[in-house]
Order: sequence, then C-alpha cells, then structure tokens
Amino acid sequence: MSAPKQTPLPAILLANHLLDGDVVFFTPNGWSRDPREALVAEDRATAEALEAEGVAAFKRQEVVDAYLVDITRDSHGLPVPNHFRERFKVRGPSNRPDLGKQAEFV
Amino acid sequence: MYRYDEFDEAFVRDRVAQFRTQVERRLSGALTDDEFKPLRLKNGVYLQLHAYMLRIAVPYGTLSSRQLRQLALIGEKYDRGYGHFTTRQNLQFNWPKLRDVPEILDLLADVEMHCIQTSGNCIRNVTADQFAGVAADEVEDPRPVAELIRQWSSLHPEFDYLPRKFKIAVTGAQHDRAAILAHDIGLRVVMNAAGEIGYELMVGGGLGRTPMIGKVVREFVPKDQLLTYLEALMRVYNLEGRRDNKYKARVKILVHEIGIEEFRARVEAEFAMLDGPSIPADTEELARITAYFAPPAYEKLPAIIPAFEAAKRANPAFAAWVESNTFPHRAPGYTALTISLKPIGKAPGDATSEQMRVVADLAERYSHAEIRVTHHQNLVLPHVKQADIFALWQALGEAGLAEANVGLITDIISCPGLDYCALATARSIPIAQSLQKRFADLSRQRDIGPLNVKISGCINACGHHHVGHIGILGLEKRGEESYQITLGGDATENAAIGEILGPGIVAEEVPAAIERLVGVYLAHRKDGETFIEAVRRLGLAPFKAAFLQEAADAA
Ligand code: SF4
Repeated sequence: MSAPKQTPLPAILLANHLLDGDVVFFTPNGWSRDPREALVAEDRATAEALEAEGVAAFKRQEVVDAYLVDITRDSHGLPVPNHFRERFKVRGPSNRPDLGKQAEFV
Repeated sequence: MYRYDEFDEAFVRDRVAQFRTQVERRLSGALTDDEFKPLRLKNGVYLQLHAYMLRIAVPYGTLSSRQLRQLALIGEKYDRGYGHFTTRQNLQFNWPKLRDVPEILDLLADVEMHCIQTSGNCIRNVTADQFAGVAADEVEDPRPVAELIRQWSSLHPEFDYLPRKFKIAVTGAQHDRAAILAHDIGLRVVMNAAGEIGYELMVGGGLGRTPMIGKVVREFVPKDQLLTYLEALMRVYNLEGRRDNKYKARVKILVHEIGIEEFRARVEAEFAMLDGPSIPADTEELARITAYFAPPAYEKLPAIIPAFEAAKRANPAFAAWVESNTFPHRAPGYTALTISLKPIGKAPGDATSEQMRVVADLAERYSHAEIRVTHHQNLVLPHVKQADIFALWQALGEAGLAEANVGLITDIISCPGLDYCALATARSIPIAQSLQKRFADLSRQRDIGPLNVKISGCINACGHHHVGHIGILGLEKRGEESYQITLGGDATENAAIGEILGPGIVAEEVPAAIERLVGVYLAHRKDGETFIEAVRRLGLAPFKAAFLQEAADAA
C-alpha cells in the first residue's frame, strides 16, 4: 500500500459540528464557525498537531469528518482552499449567496 | 389517499422514539460514529457539505395539503425556509440540525410521514407515474400496489441488508412517465388476453456508473402472486448480488453478468418453491388499501367549458401555460395540472415554505386537497376543474409558480450537485440556471418544443443525465469543473442511454454547446418532429460535428 497522501501546506483543519452539522474550523481558541479565524498551519509539526486535534474532537463527540485542507492566503491574508470543493464548503452554496458562511462572515 | 392504521402509526412513532435515543447515545459516546451512521442513514439523515440533509419519503409522490403544509412549517422552523424536490419524488431539507431531527420526525409522524428507508441498502421509497389514477391512458391506478409494496418492504427482515440500494417504480399506463426502465424493478399494470389485470415486471435498469435499461423478467404476474414473485426475485438478488464491490452490487450487474434468461430461470425456480410470500398480504388487506385510492367524487361536467376556451382566446400567455402545463384527465371537464418548479434562474425543484403553503391551499380549494410530486421535480394538482384553471393560474402567478415551461428546454432536471452534495464532483444548479437564462424566451422554447435536459453533479446520476435527451454530467478534470455532454437518452418506454458527444467542456461553454445542438435540430427537423425523434432519425454524427466544432472554436 502506498503511504497516505500528505496535505500540502499551508493548511487549515475543518470539520462538521456533530450536533449542528455546520462547518467548523480549528482556531487558536478551539473550534469556530468563522472561517476567518482558522488557524493556518505553515509547517508540518503544526499540521500534525491540527490533525491530532481533529481526532481528539471526534473522540469527544464534538465534530465529525475532520480533515486538513490546503489553502492559499487571499489579499487580506484570509485562507482560501485550493480545491474548488472545499471553497464551496467554506463559503456556502454558490447559487444562494444569502445562505452559508458567505452570508454570515464576509 | 392512504391513511395510517394504528399499526402504521405505532410503527412510525416507535421509530422516532428510537432515533431520539440513538442521537442521545451518539452524543454520550455510547454509540460510536461507525455504529450511529447506518442508523441515521436508515432515517434519511445524511451529512452533506454544509450541514446535515434530511430526505423525507413522499410515497409514490402523493401528498395531501395537510402534509405539504407541515413540510412548509418544518422548512420554516428548522431549515432555511425552503425544500428541494428530488427525482425520486422525495423532499430534501438542506440545513437541519441533528439536534432537531427527532423533533422534525415527530412533526412528520403527525401527518403520517417519515424518512424510513430513504437511504441505505434496502428497498427505497416506491415511485410512480405522477398522473396515477387520473391519466386517460391507464389500465389501473398503480398506487394501491405501490402502497402494498411499501408496507411489505418496510423493515422486511430478509431484505433490510441487501447488497445495495433497491429502487422500484410503478406505472399503470402504456406511456411511461415514471422512468420504470431506469429502476431496479419497473412494474407496469397490464391486462392479459383474458381481460385479467396483472403486472409486467422489468428488472435490472439503473443509472449511475454503469447505466442499463431494464429487461422484462415476467410479462404477466397475476395480482395475487405479486408479493410471492417479488420475494423470489429479491431473494435471488439478495443471495447472488455481489457484495465484494459496491460498484458491482446493484441487481443490474447480476442480470448483466448472468443474462436475463438465467436470472429469470433462477427467479422462477425460487418462485416455484414458495407457497405464497413469507409475509403475505391477505385479500382483505389489499382491498382495504385499494379503497383509500378510490377516485374523488367528480362532478358531471361537459368536456368543453366555454368560459375556459374564451379565457384562452383572450389571453395568449394563459393559453401557452395551459398548453404546456395541463394533462388530459380521465373525467370529462377535469384536468391534471403541472406546477413548474423551474422558474427561470431558480434551482430546479426548490420550493419555499411560502410556495408550499400556496400550493397546499390551492390544492385544497381546487384539487381535492391532493398534490403529486413528479420525478421531473415539479408538482401536480391532479383533479382540477377546467372552469377553475384561470383563477388557479392567476394565484400561481402571484407566487412565482406559473412558469409555462413543462416539458420544454428550461424544465431541467438537476441534482443539488456541488452546491450541497458531499459526493459531487462538480456543480449542477448553476449550469441549469445558465441554460434557463440562455433559453428564457418562451416563444423560442415553444418553437424548440419538447426537450429534456438532465444534469447530474457526479457519476451517481441522481439527475438522470443518462436518460436526458441532452444529458450533462459534472466531473472534475485537472482541478476544474468539467461537463460531459450526452445525446439521445430517453426515460420513457423508448428508454435509451445517451451517448457521449466528445471531451468535457468548462461551465461557461455549456450554454453555447447546447445552443449548437438545438441548432442542428432546428435546421434538420421535419414537420412535427421533436428533438429526440430527430436525433433518432439523424443519428449522432451531425450533432457530434456541431459539438466538436464548438469545442474546437473554444480551444
Ligand atoms: S448525482 Fe452526485 S452530486 Fe448529484 S445528488 Fe447524486 S450524488 Fe450528489
């Protein structure tokens, strides 16, 4: 078996909140619904620490489906996922700008 | 309409109570995620991109006004004020919180609804012709048998862990409006030479990664032997369907691998050993179910209503809407009316809570409080007096529900795609929107005539793209969304799988590519020939040339 693919850096950790289903991000102050607060791992050690947080929060029944997402910083320094799938996950449905994170946190 | 008896009621309430404690146990850690996931799925709760999604069964697509009002309430109270009608005639809410789901299930149970078996490897909600019971071309209303199958298959102990999901569609008419050849089992009510009513059964249809058209497994199953025959068929599949590879686990693969003759022989051998189904339905029970589907008391009306004819003459927009959105009813003076959920620029199949209430009220006033959901993601008022159609049209117009495009190029089927769905490889809703805008001009749509465009956001094909006259499949190509176009698919009794026209194109190129295909049709059509008829006559070549020309121009 080949080794699992390593997420390129920089990266953030996102997940879905177990009870609400909402997308949440790991921040320096724990989990937040606001993508702007996401802690950005610039090095491998931080990325591994993030992943460990995801596993721990899953075990504490707080989140599900936690995984690292590689990002690029936009002109305001805010993280934007490199893959279009996660860009929608972070923003919300592209046909409904009134819904999702894009409506709440701009 | 079917009404729950005390057993149905207790069964659904028990399931809600069980799910409530399952959520509690998941939160306390008593249930692991691996243990909880199949339980939530069996209750229709998925986890999608932004939130949980709740899929609510609308058995054979029939709803009462009371039920639709309750769905409106749930949408408002626990979701974002709208729901999405799907190609399986179900309703999906896109934003429920897991903590609220038990409460939502209770509200559903209050109106005899639930989410049981809307997911998982079991027999799913049975779908039906949206004009069941009212179509003039029907042998018999197929819904009593759909209800019988629903009761028989709900928590059937033997068929609760099948190799893969299992979808059944029924029709009572010769013309197939329920895509029965694209289902694991398609059932058609037929009459034999002796004048007896029974069922023709098709097996092994399906879309997804390996699209197949269903094949006839038995031309005539007598009414009283249906469940026995289904049991034999399901048993063969359950035992011999592949469990080693989920991409090869559907019954269509088994039928394909061993051939329909061998499959039929195995089913018949099993059938011969059965002395009636292990879970039989006595004739009394069947009669009880059937009684619920007795047609409403229609008034005796003349076939032609002068005021209605005059309204059409005086108002061309109304006449255009009547032409595309009404369907002949078996009772004189009545019509079955389709409400398009495809207003230009909106997500296909979405309805706001407010719109649901408007439809529920109008159904109560004009259609014996009955509504149907179509697999084309529209709604139907099945029993409307022609004399009421004008007033209805005006009321629908105020709610943004009077789009006159049923069956036309902007009546697009689209799955949620990457705007919501966790499995998606590309978006589908914005593609539908861009096509609707491109072809918004109604007189042009009417000139183009009947044309089904169907869009899926991944190979799972929930948007039925394989059987669209024009199919669009969203994929990922080198980190970008890419769209594969197919031509010549058909979901009716002439079922066909569309053929791929060429390499995938980017979203921005899709409207022009479709325009080019329509152009070939307009240039070559004979008098009265529809798009799909022209495709069949001309073959793929001229369309392919136009499509590739487009791709070359863009390169
Ligand atoms: S076809 Fe794919 S993207 Fe569309 S709803 Fe089905 S699984 Fe999701």
